[in-house]
Amino acid sequence: MIRVEQAGHWFRPEQWLFRDLSFAVAEGEATAILGPNGCGKTTLLRALSSTLALKQGRISVDGIVGVVPQALRGDVGYRVIDMVLLGRSRYLGRFGAPGRRDLARAEACLEAVGIADLAERRYDRLSGGQRQLVLFARALACDCRVLLLDEPASALDLANQGVVLRLIRRLVRDDGMTVVFTTHHPDHALAVADKVLMMAGEPVFGPAATTLDEANLARLYGVPVRRVTIEADGERIEATVPVHRLVADAPGATPL
Amino acid sequence: MSTLDATMLQQRRPIAAPLAIGALVLLPVATAMLCLSAGRYQVPAGHVFGILLHDVLRLLGLDPTAVVTATWTPTERIVVTTVRLPRVLMAGFAGAGLALSGAVLQGMFRNPLVGPQTIGAASGASLGGVVAILLFGFGLPVHLGAFGGAALALAAVLIVHRGDGVSPVLTLVLAGVVVGAFCSALVGFVTFIADPEVRLPGIVFWLLGSFAAASWPNLALLTACTLVGGGVMLAMRWRVNVLSLGDEEARSLGVAPGRDRVILLAATCLAISAQVAVSGTIGWVGLVIPNLVRMVVGADHRRLLPVSAVAGAAFLMAADTLARDLSAAEIPVGIVTAIVGTPVFAWLLRRHARGQAA
Repeated sequence: MIRVEQAGHWFRPEQWLFRDLSFAVAEGEATAILGPNGCGKTTLLRALSSTLALKQGRISVDGIVGVVPQALRGDVGYRVIDMVLLGRSRYLGRFGAPGRRDLARAEACLEAVGIADLAERRYDRLSGGQRQLVLFARALACDCRVLLLDEPASALDLANQGVVLRLIRRLVRDDGMTVVFTTHHPDHALAVADKVLMMAGEPVFGPAATTLDEANLARLYGVPVRRVTIEADGERIEATVPVHRLVADAPGATPL
Repeated sequence: MSTLDATMLQQRRPIAAPLAIGALVLLPVATAMLCLSAGRYQVPAGHVFGILLHDVLRLLGLDPTAVVTATWTPTERIVVTTVRLPRVLMAGFAGAGLALSGAVLQGMFRNPLVGPQTIGAASGASLGGVVAILLFGFGLPVHLGAFGGAALALAAVLIVHRGDGVSPVLTLVLAGVVVGAFCSALVGFVTFIADPEVRLPGIVFWLLGSFAAASWPNLALLTACTLVGGGVMLAMRWRVNVLSLGDEEARSLGVAPGRDRVILLAATCLAISAQVAVSGTIGWVGLVIPNLVRMVVGADHRRLLPVSAVAGAAFLMAADTLARDLSAAEIPVGIVTAIVGTPVFAWLLRRHARGQAA
């Protein structure tokens, strides 16, 4: 579905953000991209959505790509339903405007992400979580088979993070959507991703459950990370906990 | 919950389309009637209606006497059809073209402070027109020169601004100011070197700008350019919505923004330059009208563009009527639009500075 070969990019000449990056994502798989700030996660995502041309390598993506960006720049005074209708633009032609069928599709997408009641509200008057869901619905409205999400849960509270993660999992498991998302939360990758790509130094790509081990995570973030298993409602949930040794700096404090 | 439901229902109910379209047609038509009737020589509105109906029926090859009886004087007829009608229609088309162009430019550049004048297009058109008068005299060259000037000015603004949608809102306006000032300087230079016997009076008169020189040939050219340019802008109203999110967003929605933007810019240049060619620089209409309309109908260009067009037409017809009737000697219409426009612009600037602009 997605094939990346020897990809590399820089913004300042020869200061490589990443290079020689190769991986493949199969149809109906969810892949999480992890890495510290500035390692090129968003850049890679932009390259996957063909909004940025890489300096090196080849990328091929089969099928229509939907994009859920981090946030929209500037004030956008459109109604929510019009924002979602914008997802239909690729089907409308230069002189076209959305019709009744596009409206029905947009309403179905709002329904699918659970915010049908916001349809007539103005986008710029919504909360961060609501905006994220609107952009989600907009991406779905373009009838995509591949969904790219840039830190879909990073600006959200815990409850809304859960909403977005469940939505991603449902799209992958029930609808066979191929999903690639960037995240700063290893837990989110463990919860919904089949594969992970870790972008720091030598890139690491592999199954989420085995690749997100303590050694790899510590190397990725430069902070010790523990893998723990929690029992909740009779279910075993894999989680990660960063070990921030803040107390160790205080004079006279006992090291952890 | 119940109040939320109530407001939702209220908003959700689509405006009855025939009603909305009727209102859109009625506003400029009613304004035109008032403008045809008002003036030094008062013509009763009933007479204006009768004269127009009479002439339209005759144009259609029907017998007007069956429907209307001529209660008006021959002088009234001449005042309405020969003196005022071309002028009012010209003001209407010019206003519609300016407001439409302003709305499209504001949407495309994602910037409510942009207008045909603030972005330098109008100054460019003036320069092109003046150069054309200097080299070739009046007529078609003025139209072509104005169009070329507007296009070059817009291109220069884009190069200065390097528009990528990231730069702050004000830099685009500043780029427009720079290009506009450069064009104005060149206009000054052209008037300086123009032959004072032959070319200079024409240039100065043209630059002053007014609809006083309204004529049927000028009206025909303005109408054609406004209909073509405005038609393209209205047809691409959804694309303006897409472009208003920025290039990268447009691309990620599957729309290549480059060619759309060129087509829309050409359409705005056509409308703006036609207006400048027939009536000189008239500021503020294209900046202020779309902002006011946006407050009423919202940001969606599917509604904003048509409503801006009719509101701009009505506004400029009314402004021109004021300009010709406020005093014994006619005031240039650009002064009237500036007196209305500048305070609104200042208010918008403040609103935007507070981060409240929609």
